[in-house]
Amino acid sequence: MTVSPELDARFRAAAASQGLLDASYDLFDSPIGPLFAAATPRGLCRISFDPEPEREEERLARGFGLRVLRSPRALDAARRELDDYFDGRRQQFDLPLDLRVLAPFHRAVLDRLAQVPYGRLTTYGTLAASAGRPRAARAVGTIMNRNPIPIVLPCHRVVGSTGKLVGYGGGLHRKQHLLELEGAIAGVATPLPGLDSPHEP
Amino acid sequence: MRVPPFERFYEAHRSEVFAFLRRRVGEGAADDAFQETFLRALRGYGGLQHGNHLRAWIYTIASRVTVDEWRRRREPVLEPEPVALDGRPAYAELEHLASGLPPTERAAVVLRYGYDLDYADIGAALGSSAEAARQAASSGVRRLRRKELP
Repeated sequence: MTVSPELDARFRAAAASQGLLDASYDLFDSPIGPLFAAATPRGLCRISFDPEPEREEERLARGFGLRVLRSPRALDAARRELDDYFDGRRQQFDLPLDLRVLAPFHRAVLDRLAQVPYGRLTTYGTLAASAGRPRAARAVGTIMNRNPIPIVLPCHRVVGSTGKLVGYGGGLHRKQHLLELEGAIAGVATPLPGLDSPHEP
Repeated sequence: MRVPPFERFYEAHRSEVFAFLRRRVGEGAADDAFQETFLRALRGYGGLQHGNHLRAWIYTIASRVTVDEWRRRREPVLEPEPVALDGRPAYAELEHLASGLPPTERAAVVLRYGYDLDYADIGAALGSSAEAARQAASSGVRRLRRKELP
């Protein structure tokens, strides 16, 4: 016997509003393809591209606890801010973040990254230096590649020392799209490739 | 077996638990009972040590919810609930007594005698047949008797 969508939604909302979840998640559409977003009671903890929900659930369970449930209402604020961002109405995110599972240097780099303004570019080396380890550009590259909350933590604004886009966990076409949206680079004539190619964020 | 993320557990069991609750409390009360069952499961989920017998576990919770629902429906109580000496309801006492049994027998005994489920439902809860559930319950009862009557 199937549970009605209304009852299912009611349970998922109650679970979140009663504070019974270690992490809630939802999936939504965006101009750069479907996004997976997750939050703990402390704040947003994950955004991923080309979502594979079961893998993401396991990852959330390992990081935050087993009580992981899809609960759209818990992600309302994140969805709203991301929609505003993609519509060009928002340049800065006001969402609280939960980065507690990350190592201290990793977190320090992401703190610096969060300060790179909308529409501006920085380099891996500059970011490494501002986090106190000027020779750690390569490590910073790895940290950007594993950024748990891309878009909100704007690793797309980090480029190579020559200005080349270099790489992006979600695929270069997405990096390009985000930078064009922010007016950081001029649009190019080549169309965006299909969004269905597999990329790890 | 590992405990899966709650979403997996919920997806795997929600339909059959809902069907079970509808049979037990009727269509009108099934929605509330369903929500209450899985909210209670969430409250206990973080403390689970392993993922064995998750199905029996959720049926036990659902059964407890139906007992609460029946009790709630009852007009002013005319006869006292059967209570154990420490004031707990009989099914709670049975869960306590059966705690030393192997998990399958324990679940079968508690669901049969604590919650009055029939063997078909217990078989469903344990992922086995009605006959296997009957055997598990009677083997559990024999084991309890041996313990009580040396």
